[in-house]
Amino acid sequence: MAKILLEMKNITKTFPGVKALDNVNLKVEEGEIHALVGENGAGKSTLMNVLSGIYPYGSYTGDIIYDGEVCKFNKIKDSESKGIVIIHQELALVPYMTIAENMYLGNERGKNIKIDWTETFGESDKYLRQVGLSESSHTLIKDIGVGKQQLVEIAKALAKNAKLLILDEPTSSLNENESKALLDLLLGFKKQGMTSIIISHKLNEIAYVADRITVIRDGSTIETLDKKKDDCSEDHIIQGMVGRELTDRFPKREPHIGDIMMEVKNWTVYHPVYSGRKVDDNVNINVRKGEIVGIAGLQGAGRTELAMSIFGKSYGTNISGDLMINGKKVELKNIKDAISHKVAYVTEDRKGNGLILSNPITINTTLANLGAISTKKLGVIDFDKEYAVSVDYKNKLKTKCPTVMQNVGNLSGGNMQKVLLAKWMFAEPDIMILDEPTRGIDVGAKYEIYCIMNNLVAEGKSVIMISSELPELLGMSDRIYVMNEGKIVGEVSRAEATQELIMSYILKSSKKKIEA
Amino acid sequence: MEKSTFDLRAFIQKYTMIIALVVVVVFFSIITGGKLILPQNISNLIAQNAYVFVLAVGMLLAILTGGNIDLSVGSVVCFVGAIGGKMMSEQKLPVIVAIIAMLIIGTAVGAWQAFWIAYIHIPPFITTLAGMLMFRGLSNIVLNGLTISPMPDSYLALFNSFIPDPFGVKGFNIMCMIIATIAIVIYVALWFKGRMEKIKKGYEVPKMSSDLTKVILICALILAIMIQLARYKGIPSYLIWVLVCVLVYGYITANTTTGRYFYAVGGNQKAAQLSGIDTKKVFFLAYTNLGFLSAVAAMITIARLNSANPTAGDGYEMDAIGSCFIGGASAYGGTGTVSGVVIGATLMGVINMGMNIAGVDANWQKVVKGAVLLAAVIFDVVSKRKSS
Repeated sequence: MAKILLEMKNITKTFPGVKALDNVNLKVEEGEIHALVGENGAGKSTLMNVLSGIYPYGSYTGDIIYDGEVCKFNKIKDSESKGIVIIHQELALVPYMTIAENMYLGNERGKNIKIDWTETFGESDKYLRQVGLSESSHTLIKDIGVGKQQLVEIAKALAKNAKLLILDEPTSSLNENESKALLDLLLGFKKQGMTSIIISHKLNEIAYVADRITVIRDGSTIETLDKKKDDCSEDHIIQGMVGRELTDRFPKREPHIGDIMMEVKNWTVYHPVYSGRKVDDNVNINVRKGEIVGIAGLQGAGRTELAMSIFGKSYGTNISGDLMINGKKVELKNIKDAISHKVAYVTEDRKGNGLILSNPITINTTLANLGAISTKKLGVIDFDKEYAVSVDYKNKLKTKCPTVMQNVGNLSGGNMQKVLLAKWMFAEPDIMILDEPTRGIDVGAKYEIYCIMNNLVAEGKSVIMISSELPELLGMSDRIYVMNEGKIVGEVSRAEATQELIMSYILKSSKKKIEA
Repeated sequence: MEKSTFDLRAFIQKYTMIIALVVVVVFFSIITGGKLILPQNISNLIAQNAYVFVLAVGMLLAILTGGNIDLSVGSVVCFVGAIGGKMMSEQKLPVIVAIIAMLIIGTAVGAWQAFWIAYIHIPPFITTLAGMLMFRGLSNIVLNGLTISPMPDSYLALFNSFIPDPFGVKGFNIMCMIIATIAIVIYVALWFKGRMEKIKKGYEVPKMSSDLTKVILICALILAIMIQLARYKGIPSYLIWVLVCVLVYGYITANTTTGRYFYAVGGNQKAAQLSGIDTKKVFFLAYTNLGFLSAVAAMITIARLNSANPTAGDGYEMDAIGSCFIGGASAYGGTGTVSGVVIGATLMGVINMGMNIAGVDANWQKVVKGAVLLAAVIFDVVSKRKSS
């Protein structure tokens, strides 16, 4: 057996109220490519953040043994000085600086206060050739594509004398050729003795490069598979990733499904900044009266973007496609239009995009429908009405708070979510798009949110639920669309839906990429 | 004992600015040997600071949208004043024509800057810095670098005079007391009606004793100020203009959907946008309105100086911005009230006047004012951090 370069032993990391990692063990051999797989929120990124010192020593329990010694990293610099370099999914490059400046950002060449530009550009060029880039290091980052930017990140890691390279979803924004080139580059490094950890959802890519695979689920290590010895079939890995027991966590509901309420046809959306990138590609979905439709997919599949582009074009550029509500073609030019056509979008980011934390529950509850509590002409607000409305929803949704004059920022996540739901229910929509409605809230509050959803469809409204938690989608939805890389790649009914089926739709659609 | 100390802390936190104002007034009254609260000085305090109240109320709306300030108001006051002065004093146009022209020009100037800020996303700081230079220069061009005076009498009667007293008692203005009585009666009636309505609908009301104390204190304050004014020349017309601005904008910010939008945009712009609020329009309104109120301040300024001159309005933007922050508006936007701004502006005015009477060196006055401003914002930021 080869030498163990890195061992993470019994790592446990808790955030307030959540155990993100629970006794996780990871062993990486020198000179191997080790893959880390798991669902969204399984704890992969948290584990890597522990390793790189983003969560400093003392904020977790357990040991990190690297190259034979126990390490106590307090910041990223500590781990980088040992040769552990992490490349995050979101690229961390400054667009208006040159490649060389980016590569040595925070790691500048030169003596004292003077930067040695000759060395900076010269060395950069050297590393760029190593990763197969022919660009000059004087090129600005904004002038090269995402694929090349990813390679610059790797060159940057090499410039830091990386011995252990960690890549978090390195191919998520790359096309087929770029992905293949990147993976081949990793294999090349391996031959030179470099050790890598790759986090990925794409099992075909993992099969291509990885020597061993560690599966993480719900913050625990499930198993480590050796490609030479163990069963590394996709089915086996998927089962390891999703193998949760479905218990009675969802309230029962008799579906009464009616006519089609909203239909989206040939919907295509481009990225608002990189206008050449398709975020949603020819999407066709519909939702009926009294129906909960789920949308499954990985992060970055284009689900939120789809929802927001439907909701008054609040995301994206060059949106094309047809939108029908109650059989009539409509155009929702802005959010006001969307609200008046009785569409509501409940954001996944309740603190960032949903609520005004420094304001009381009352103001937040009525914000999307102030017209209903004020005079028509001058817009004078009736505070009594506002108070009554807020109390009414507080009781209906069982929001726990001392009074409705409480600032929203002081509420727990679950209660914040209820205020957010109240806000949109008060806008009286027929179609409610809920984006990750139960993210980061406890089990009891989740159950109550599910009950609210059931009540909504019982009133004949339509609910579209975007969620990264497969059990929740399976437990609540009448029908599930599966999205991957901006496309609908599957549609499953309640009867046939299983976690394995949905995962396989996602993974199979990813696979087409590399085989091409 | 435990409980009463807790109440005291909450009390201090709630009424910090008012307590600070009382302390400052008492301090300077003692230092100046009571000169600060002489009738003439009270009247002057209002006259000298009228423009601050008007501009600060407008500035509040801009600051509410996210701590955005307007550096150009001083120059805009000068520019609008220059045009108004020229129309009335040189071209002898009717006063009413000049007033309407000033309001239109001020609003247009505001809309010009607001357009760049709201729709082209030029940072307010840059846009208004440019405006500050441009309109100061244009004022000089309009005035040819000279001072124009005097203003017509009918104009001064509107803006720089006292409300006439038909009773003619020497040394005491009866009209002043009549207005004071009417104001107090209206205030008490509104308070009582509101309280009764709340009780009728079964809402919680503050304890009668504490509510009543508050009302009595406010009435006493109105009465005290009005008695001092009555002992001088009566109610200055500036007070009327300031009151109109304060009441109108106080009502808009607190009671209307438009006002609510300003707070929402400053509190969380994305959330406001996703709630169907046209955030661009809110920015546009904030800066257009500042242009309008700059015109009002310009009318007050040329009336008080009885002239239009190229240096008028210098530094006004700082007075307005300072009043807002001292009055509790957040440097990050989303919080702040018109009543807070009124207290902030009064506090600045009292400190100014107190130091003047006490003969404090002008350079030290600046040091003190700067320190007060910094302290107020530090207090806001730190107390917010504690609560979160």
